[in-house]
Amino acid sequence: MNTNGLSSSILTLVTFAPLAGALLLVLLPRRDRDIRVFALVVSLLTFVLSLHLPVYFHRPQTGFQYEVDRPWISTPNIHYHMAVDGISLWLVVLTTFLTPLCVLISWKSVHERVKEFFILLLILETALIGVFTSLDLFLFYFFWEATLIPMALLIGMFGHEHKVYAAVKFFLYTMIASAFMLAAILWLYAQTGSFDFVVIRDQITHGAIPKFPAAAQWLFLGFFLAFAVKVPLFPFHTWLPDAHVEAPTAGSVLLAGVLLKMGTYGMLRFNLGLFPQQSRENAPWIITLAIIGIIYGALVAMVQPNMKKLIAYSSVSHLGFVVLGIFSFTQAGLNGAMFVMLAHGVSTGALFMLAGLLHERRHTYEISEFGGLASPMPVYAASYLFIVLASVGLPLLNGFIGEFLVLSGAFQAKPIYGILAATGVIWSAAYLLWMYQRVFFGKVTHPINNSMGDLTIFEKVAVWPCAVSALVMGIAPILWLSAIDPAVQAALTPFTQVAIRVVGQ
Amino acid sequence: MMSTTCAFGIQTIPQAEEYVRILPELVLSAFGIAIMLLDPVLDEERSQKILGQIALAGTLAGLACTWYMSEFPGLAFSDMVRVDAFSVFFHVLIIAIAAVVILISYEYMAVQQIRAGEYYGLILLGTVGMALMSSAVELVLIFIALEISSISSYILVGFRRRDASSSESSLKYFLLGSFATAFFLYGVALMFGATGSTNIDLISQKLQTSPMQLLANVAFALMFVGIGFKVAIAPFHIWTPDVYEGAPAPIVGFMSTAPKAAAFAVLLRIVFTLNVAGSFWLIWVSAVFSMTLGNIGALLQNNIKRLLAYSSIAHAGYLLVAFAAAPDLGTSAVLFYTAAYAAMNLGAFAVVSHFANVGERHVTLEDYEGLGRTSPLLAATLTIFLLSLIGIPTTGGFFAKFYVFSGVLRANLIGLTLIGLLNSAVGAYYYLRIIVVMYMRQPRKEVPAAPIPFGLAVALTLSIGATIYLGVLPNRALQYTQHSAQALLPPPSSGSSPPLRASETF
Repeated sequence: MNTNGLSSSILTLVTFAPLAGALLLVLLPRRDRDIRVFALVVSLLTFVLSLHLPVYFHRPQTGFQYEVDRPWISTPNIHYHMAVDGISLWLVVLTTFLTPLCVLISWKSVHERVKEFFILLLILETALIGVFTSLDLFLFYFFWEATLIPMALLIGMFGHEHKVYAAVKFFLYTMIASAFMLAAILWLYAQTGSFDFVVIRDQITHGAIPKFPAAAQWLFLGFFLAFAVKVPLFPFHTWLPDAHVEAPTAGSVLLAGVLLKMGTYGMLRFNLGLFPQQSRENAPWIITLAIIGIIYGALVAMVQPNMKKLIAYSSVSHLGFVVLGIFSFTQAGLNGAMFVMLAHGVSTGALFMLAGLLHERRHTYEISEFGGLASPMPVYAASYLFIVLASVGLPLLNGFIGEFLVLSGAFQAKPIYGILAATGVIWSAAYLLWMYQRVFFGKVTHPINNSMGDLTIFEKVAVWPCAVSALVMGIAPILWLSAIDPAVQAALTPFTQVAIRVVGQ
Repeated sequence: MMSTTCAFGIQTIPQAEEYVRILPELVLSAFGIAIMLLDPVLDEERSQKILGQIALAGTLAGLACTWYMSEFPGLAFSDMVRVDAFSVFFHVLIIAIAAVVILISYEYMAVQQIRAGEYYGLILLGTVGMALMSSAVELVLIFIALEISSISSYILVGFRRRDASSSESSLKYFLLGSFATAFFLYGVALMFGATGSTNIDLISQKLQTSPMQLLANVAFALMFVGIGFKVAIAPFHIWTPDVYEGAPAPIVGFMSTAPKAAAFAVLLRIVFTLNVAGSFWLIWVSAVFSMTLGNIGALLQNNIKRLLAYSSIAHAGYLLVAFAAAPDLGTSAVLFYTAAYAAMNLGAFAVVSHFANVGERHVTLEDYEGLGRTSPLLAATLTIFLLSLIGIPTTGGFFAKFYVFSGVLRANLIGLTLIGLLNSAVGAYYYLRIIVVMYMRQPRKEVPAAPIPFGLAVALTLSIGATIYLGVLPNRALQYTQHSAQALLPPPSSGSSPPLRASETF
């Protein structure tokens, strides 16, 4: 086994395998069954390849691994620089884990323009992995923008009633916000002559950029705005419910599961990594927005008559926890933020799949259209309950670990943050369980629901892996945290240094 | 260097090498005249095809001659023409654009039932003017070249004779265009008054010491008006939507790329070689207005030709932004942008002209509804061009914008950069509308999907290839543009002090 040779090119393989699959898919004849099988094989292959990353990852080691750094364009100085650390590693695996499930869940539900659908899905996967693996700011921006088009097309071509409005809104919101990030990236390049994250970070910490102190706040905001829209942080969240409600199930799964994490990942990597001092200065209002997001998202979720909108607003609330954890600058908070990202990806992904199954059967997401589903669809109801409990944060399931860590980090930072955010846990139990009760318990209120079929084999294969990983993540979080912790510690070094400097003076 | 005999224009018989330095122009003229002469002789039914092929052969011969010409850099004809990497770049670009336009026109002319051989002749003769604009270093020759290219475009615009809007646009273009060239000529005259010369190199030397800076500034402003009209930058852009709407679609593709490239070449020479002190704010204001007005105008359009007309105004604005950067970065960014823009815009107009059908009936956005289902290949092609126009990564349009804005940011013009980036985000909306309409609406019954003929397929393949190539491997093209830019700019050792550039203070 020549693992060394594989390790140097594994990131390239994992990133571009789906794209290669998509290109082959273009050539394939329009036989829907073959196309589905092919897409499944490609996405599974990518998942298996990506498992190489955690298996051969040196966990105690901080810093980046599996590094590739080749010059791509000489002027401007752009490198093909990819690597993962404990933070991005799991987000890559999350992406490759969810994509085959998306293929499975779309097996029956997408029956028109099947070829286009799977091509877009695979292109999206490449772009998403690229976002998490790029260390060159240019490459990062490149993949960041590249996620937009397949996602917007997935929403706009395969979505529901108001799909075009939702697709355009999604596209413009993120496009305009990332223009500010591009301006900040270009400014950094103009001053440092490099797009390399590590080079720029070193130059900033050594004070090698004379104009930096004056511009730092604006640069921080430029990056932050692009990420905040993506997360989405209150009050930039208005695109999210529209996009989710209109998106096809697979689109929603990847949108909630991975795309939103691009924003929080960006904050963690770039805002904290490049601008530690500005992060600290801006933390109070960012945390305020995050806590507003947690509570507001939960309250709005509670009154939603539409199941998918409810889950969408629950994402606003959960991602608020992530932002809170990141800007608490504590070991526990950052670990928790990372863990919530992963847990939310798995459980909300599964929730969207389950909601999509109902829509396939009844063509509606209205909660009032259902009721008493537990008797006609027992397996479905049990799976749903499991995922709901994971999302609510029941101990021994994945949601609990992340939220607990974030809250303990928030308490360390400032008790009031912890107290306010902790109410979010109560709210989330309230809206999810209440929704569950209305949909599944009681008598069957609409006779048509009696004839609804239970989970098919494809649907079981799509949903159950999420449930299993929710359980494993809840029981043995150390498997994930052992890689996350050193990376988080490294990310926090500039903050402890600032603290020491302040104390030393 | 400059002998007195030369300045008075009395010189010995031109050397053979000097003819080589205008060889592409000579060959293109020969083919153009041959087409004009053959047209009345040939049978009307068959002439179209043959003349079109002769024209294509002419452009290919022109490209070959450009390659040969590039071996003989230097001045020619009393220092009126200069062959260097800069002019070679524009020769290749302009003649290649002409070749692609001719390929697009085969089908268009057959469908529109325009039987006129002089159409191809005029394209070639216009190309002569544009190519000459890029190599001329004498203001009077630039003016003549500008006229050669303009006159042929006035006629080409009016080629859909049965359509009133085409005649209208031809007349409008002619009246406003001759008005604008008069401005340019007036500017040349004033520049001669300020410096006593019409040779750009001599003017540049004289301006260093000239006491008549004000006159030179006014002269530059007047020339800027003339060139500004040709490249359709605000506030000289009013003619664009009407003319683009009426003109034949392949000609719009031609007009929005080749003459613009030539005019930008002239503007590069004037701005960066002359270094007139007052040029900065003129360019700044005009760039901001072009981007903003172009994008806002395009938001409201329902006719795809008008939409692309406004988009071309916005793109001229982005290009103009590069003129505010430092000369070396700015010039190479302009060169890259003109090449990338030519590829994507020509491609877009190729699809539009294929789809327009008899009498250009199908040019509104509604006609594109459901194109993604009825002809997926055509829709995917147009999508790539539109994405490039938006400036999405992996397309040439992205790197074009990227080089422009990183160049401007180097010069620390943060305001201009932000305005530009926000504009390009707004611009995404109207290109996206076309994509949305193509993929997310039901197809309309009455719009037939014609098969793609061979000539168009070649043209589309070339455009897509260039767009993607510039977007994925821009390195070689960029190095070439930098090499060309160096040819334009005076070497730093010439003793000229670095130009004073105003900074962006409000």
